[in-house]
Amino acid sequence: MSELENGISRRTALKGVGATLGAAAFARALAPLTEWTADLSVDQFLQKHYRELTPEAMQQVLGRLEAETKRDYGVDVEIEDIKPTPGVAFAYALNLSICIGCRKCAEACHKENNHDRPSQNSYIRVLEMEQGSLDMERGDTMYDHPVPAPGKFYMPVQCQQCDNPPCVHVCPVEATWKEPDGIVVVDYNWCIGCRYCEAACPYHARRFNWQKPEIPAEEINPIQAYLSNRIRPQGVVEKCHFCLHRTRQGRLPACLEACPTGARVFGNVLDPASEIRWVLEHKRVFVLKEELGTRPRFFYFFDE
Amino acid sequence: MSAKTPKILSGHLVSYPRFLWESIVLATEGSPLFYGWMTLLTALSLVGVHAWATQVANGMITTHMTDQVSWGLYIANFTFIVGLAAGAVMMVIPAYIYHDHDMHDVVIIGELLAIAAIVMCLLFVTVDLGRPDRFWHLIPGIGRFHWPMSMLTWDVIVLNGYLLLNLHICGYLLYTRFLGRQPNPRWYVPFVFLSIGWAISIHTVTAFLYQGLGGRPFWNTAILAPRFIVSAFVTGPAFIILTLQLLRRLTDLPIGARPMQTLSSIMRITILLNLFMVASEIFTEFYTGGAHVSSAIYLYFGLHGHHGLVPWIWTAIGFNVTAAVLLHLPVSRRKSWVLNLACVLCFIGLWIEKGMGLIVPGFIPSTLHELVEYSPSLIEWKVMAGIWACGGLVYTVALKIAIPVLTGRVGYRDYATDEPGLTSAAPSEEAPRMAQK
Repeated sequence: MSELENGISRRTALKGVGATLGAAAFARALAPLTEWTADLSVDQFLQKHYRELTPEAMQQVLGRLEAETKRDYGVDVEIEDIKPTPGVAFAYALNLSICIGCRKCAEACHKENNHDRPSQNSYIRVLEMEQGSLDMERGDTMYDHPVPAPGKFYMPVQCQQCDNPPCVHVCPVEATWKEPDGIVVVDYNWCIGCRYCEAACPYHARRFNWQKPEIPAEEINPIQAYLSNRIRPQGVVEKCHFCLHRTRQGRLPACLEACPTGARVFGNVLDPASEIRWVLEHKRVFVLKEELGTRPRFFYFFDE
Repeated sequence: MSAKTPKILSGHLVSYPRFLWESIVLATEGSPLFYGWMTLLTALSLVGVHAWATQVANGMITTHMTDQVSWGLYIANFTFIVGLAAGAVMMVIPAYIYHDHDMHDVVIIGELLAIAAIVMCLLFVTVDLGRPDRFWHLIPGIGRFHWPMSMLTWDVIVLNGYLLLNLHICGYLLYTRFLGRQPNPRWYVPFVFLSIGWAISIHTVTAFLYQGLGGRPFWNTAILAPRFIVSAFVTGPAFIILTLQLLRRLTDLPIGARPMQTLSSIMRITILLNLFMVASEIFTEFYTGGAHVSSAIYLYFGLHGHHGLVPWIWTAIGFNVTAAVLLHLPVSRRKSWVLNLACVLCFIGLWIEKGMGLIVPGFIPSTLHELVEYSPSLIEWKVMAGIWACGGLVYTVALKIAIPVLTGRVGYRDYATDEPGLTSAAPSEEAPRMAQK
């Protein structure tokens, strides 16, 4: 009997040792997480969805985000929550006859929107297309030669701010939605990073933060908004927001201001006197992948 | 009635913890082979845990996914394993709808596989999240659950529902066996029938995740859901046949010849159906031509000098066709190694076909027709190995508990003798039935 008991206790002791070793190994394996969670505050973890934040709660969040930016990037920034203006609905048009493919728009976006520097991220991709074809299959985004090249035309593509946006439909947590002025936005503090929207978008308009954005302090644009160009957290999706921190305050998007040829037209379609309205009424405009039924707010046209 | 209920309940208050305790004992005791196997799986799981922790801390830059190919190995495995979970129903249908008694005796092996597979699915989705700390945003009522619009919310419902259904069915059946009682059909048969429909739903919803995307022509095909279901009915039976072969050698569970015959008969049909659907897909793509065929050209032949997936898909086709031929040779009925080989081949073949061969080419070329290729990083392979090992742990433990309970080696025999204070109602009620058994 005592032998049996000894046997059992020995076995139990061995099991105990095994379990302890296992638990220790598990804790050791998870060690990289402790470093990461040290940067993660309880407030950040518990933060509510954008549309559930009261104005006071939003002020607290903005203050916290500014402090986080100061801590992580060493820069004083001002982050605002800028709401859409009633009676304003934005649209964009691009004249393919005069775009020369210089990528100044992509570069301006890169700087304006505090994009990650190493990946040279931008919300705009410029396709070099063969004249006589609108088939993107024959387009090239990686061209590396003087522009405009003979026999080519250039087609910048960014978020089309669809009125029937597949990316918004597929999001499992409502982290992305369409604002009353037509802009599709992302709550970077609500997105779980599943990237379903990236799979759903037919225009490759969305980007994922594969790592924490790296930007030198002196290059950070300090004028920021919650739903637009504030520095995004690691592991969330982002996209073009028509520079809402500028456009909702009466300015033009950075990509438009940077365009040397005046190929870009932006404005409030509800304003009959606006230039965008004139273009939509007088030019034979078209949208990309119209057959998908996404109803873009981004139009293209040729002059001649 | 009202007087009886508390007594039965108090009986369960003793016997259920006892059942759980016995389960823990069963799960942690065994032969040196068992300890070795569990140690290996634990070690692999830890490798996966470490790789995942590194990925969360340093960002998903540690994977080889890109903005062009934004889903990779994780979602490929997820898709395949949902099929494995759904395929387990191919034991349930013969057992409960066609009243195949031999299958009925071992059906729990399939139901436990479903549990392990769903656990793996949930893990594969979790490791694919950029912000796993925000998983609570997905919990209905607490977060913002975008139902019914987002197919992913449907997936959350059906996968967790299927997990709960199978946990209930297996838990109830094992517990009643443990008590030495006949299970009350009212408490599990309705759930079994629900689980049959539910099994179809989990794989249908998974297919709908992809096939509903108009911007991805490679996935945007109505045949995707049927293909998923049919191929699930190849992989599920294949895995269960291999499991049964192992259990025959390693345990004393009586396994008749019939279940294996039934499962291989199912595979003989489904494997051909799957090949037929793939052929139909290939015909539509290549005969129609145009820009929509780019992904298929990339997958099968390579496009503009990019051939990353070509060796994968031809391996898959080779394996699947070989498995189909083997299964239809008369020798596969006589020699178990032929059957086993066929099962291994089609399991790997379909892992490629439904995983890397389906998810990755959906992104190549990208929606702006950029050609960016993808091959998983070491971190991704480690995480994948960890999750498979974790699934292996769950399944091993489940079987380790279930088999002694099923064979009656472990049970609540000493109900009346050991617990003098609780002998009043429940035991006397159950004792005669135990004697019958």
